[in-house]
Amino acid sequence: MATETLTRPVTSTPTSGAGRKTGRRMTPGRTVVLVVAALLAVLWLVPFAWATVTAFRSETEAASRTISWIPPSGFTADAFVKVFQDGNIPLWTWNSLYTSAAITLVTLVISALLAYALSRIEFRGKKVLMTVIIASIIVPPPVLIIPLFYQMVAMRMVDTPWAIILPQVIHPAMVFVLKKFFDQIPRELEEAAVMDGASRMRIFLQVILPLSRPILAAVAIFVFIGAWNNFLWPFIATNDGSILTLPVGLQTIKSAYGIQYAQNMASALLAALPLILLFLFFQRQIIKGVATTGLAGT
Amino acid sequence: MSSVATSRNSEGQAGSLPGLSRPKLSNSAGSRSARSRSQAARDNRNGWAFAAPFLAFFLVFLVWPLLYGLYMSMTGKSLTGANDSVIGFANYAEALADADMWHSLGNTLYFTVISTVPLVIVALVMAALVNVGLPAQWLWRLSYFAPYLLASTVVSLFFTWMYNPQLGLINDSLAKLGLPKVAWLNDPGVAMWAVVIATLWWTVGFNFLLYLAAMQNIPAQHYEAASLDGAGAWRQFFSITLPQLAPTTVMIVLLQILASLKIFDQVYQMTAGGPGGATRPVVQYIFETGFTGYRLGYSAAISYIFFGLIVVVSVIQFLITRRRSA
Repeated sequence: MATETLTRPVTSTPTSGAGRKTGRRMTPGRTVVLVVAALLAVLWLVPFAWATVTAFRSETEAASRTISWIPPSGFTADAFVKVFQDGNIPLWTWNSLYTSAAITLVTLVISALLAYALSRIEFRGKKVLMTVIIASIIVPPPVLIIPLFYQMVAMRMVDTPWAIILPQVIHPAMVFVLKKFFDQIPRELEEAAVMDGASRMRIFLQVILPLSRPILAAVAIFVFIGAWNNFLWPFIATNDGSILTLPVGLQTIKSAYGIQYAQNMASALLAALPLILLFLFFQRQIIKGVATTGLAGT
Repeated sequence: MSSVATSRNSEGQAGSLPGLSRPKLSNSAGSRSARSRSQAARDNRNGWAFAAPFLAFFLVFLVWPLLYGLYMSMTGKSLTGANDSVIGFANYAEALADADMWHSLGNTLYFTVISTVPLVIVALVMAALVNVGLPAQWLWRLSYFAPYLLASTVVSLFFTWMYNPQLGLINDSLAKLGLPKVAWLNDPGVAMWAVVIATLWWTVGFNFLLYLAAMQNIPAQHYEAASLDGAGAWRQFFSITLPQLAPTTVMIVLLQILASLKIFDQVYQMTAGGPGGATRPVVQYIFETGFTGYRLGYSAAISYIFFGLIVVVSVIQFLITRRRSA
C-alpha cells in the first residue's frame, strides 16, 4: 500500500520502490526498526488510551491521586451518559457536519470552475487573474479576523451559519491543485465534444469532471478536515451556544465542567470519533488526498 | 448551486449564437478569421463566467477585508465605536514601541524555531521506519497520522489532562521513574515546551505522510545499484534517501515555518498565553487587542506587522522553490 499522490488523471504504474521491500525476511536490522516503530506507535496512542480509560471511570476516581490504568471499582459509562443528557455534543456535531459539508461543496464547485477556465480557456486578463490568485495564497487567515469580523457585523451575519461558511470557501492553493490535474487530461478527449458543438459547461461537466473524481475527492477531504477542525474563525464569528461548531463548543465545556475530568475526556473522545471513524473506512483515500494536496500549502 | 446555474446560462447563450455551434471546417479563409474572432470573444465571456463564482467570494471575503483591514489599521476604530478618524501611521508607531507586541512576536518566533525542528526530524524518522517495509502498514499510518484528524480543542483537552501536576499521567510516570515532577503548563520556562510536545503529537503525522509519499517515489533502481555496490541500509539512507528527499525537506520546512508562525489554538486553549504572558503568541495578542481591548484599529496594525513577517518568509520560500525548479 504505497502512499501515492495524484498528479496525473490516469493511474500510472508507480515507479516507487515500495513493492520491492515487502515480504522480506526478518533480519536483525529490521527487527530493530520494528521495535522503534512500535515504541513510537505506542507513544502516539497513549493520549487516546489515557483519555479513554479516564472517560470510562467515575468522576471521583478520575480525580483520584492514585493513578492506575485500570480503575479499582471498574469501568462505567456514566460520563458519556451525562454528556449525552446534556445534549450539546450531538448539537455541535451536527453544526460542524453541515457547515463543513457546505464549505466543502461550495469550495469544490467554485474552485473547479475557475480551475477549468485557467486550464482550458484563453481569455483576456487570465495572466493577471492567475497572478493575483497565486499571490493570495500567502494571506494568513489570522490577518483577516479583525476586518472580517467587522464585516460580519455590518452584514448582520454574526451568530449565523453564514458567518462560519462563507469566509471559509476560498482556497486558492486548491484551485491550482485542480488546475494542474486538469492540465494533464488529454485535450483529444474534449475534441469530439467540441466537434459536436458542446458548450464549455457541458464539456466541463461531462468530460472533465468524471475524469477528475480522484483529485476532487482529495481536495474535498483536505477542505473538509480543515473546516471540521477550524477553531479561530468560528470562535470569533459565533457566541450563541446553539450555533457553535464542535471545536468551539468544546472550549466552552472546559470552563463549564471545570474539574469534571471524566466528562471532559468523554466529550473530547466523542468529538474525535467522527473523523477517526471516517479515517478507518477511507484510509487509502485520505492518505492519498493529504499527500497530494499537502505540499500545495494550506 | 446558484453559481453553477449562472455560468450555465451564459454558456447556453454563447452556444446558441447562430452559426457558431457547428462550425464547418471547409470554410474560406475570411470566414475562418471571423470565426476565430468570435471564438476569442466567446472565450473571453466563458473564461470570466467560469471564474465569476470564485471571484465573487474572493473579492468579498478576502480582497475586501484585506484592504479594509489596512484602512482600519490607520484609524482609531474600536468596537465601542469611539474614534473612527484616520490617524495615519500612529497605530504602527505605537505597536513598534509596544513591549507586549514584541514579547508576543518573540514567543511566536521562539515557538516556530523549537517546533519546526522536531516536527521535521521526527516525521523523517517515522517515514524512514515505515518505508523499510514493515508488516501491518495501516497500523503505523493510523497511529502516527490519526492525531492530525483531531480538532485543536480535543488535543488541548487530552494534554491539559495529561499535564495535570498532581493527577496527570505524565508526572505520575516521571515519579515512577524517580524523576521530579514538572509544572508543565504553569512554569514559564517549561510551558512553551509543553505546547511544542502537544503540537508535535498533533501534527507530525502530516509531515510524516509527505515524507513517506516522497520516499516511495524514489526509483527502486537507485537502491538496487547501491546494493550491488555493497552499501548497507544505513549507508543507503544517507547517500540515496536523504539527498533524494532534499527538495521535499525544503518544502516541508518552509510549510512548517509558515504553519508554526500562525500558532494560536493550542496555546490559547492550554495556557491562555500564560503563565505571565510567557507563551502568548502574536495572533493571540491581535485577538485580545481587538476583541478584549476593543481596539480594532490598533489590532489591525499589529495584524499587518504579522502579515509582513509572513510575506518575508513566503518570498524566501518562493525564491528557493523557483531556483530549484529553474
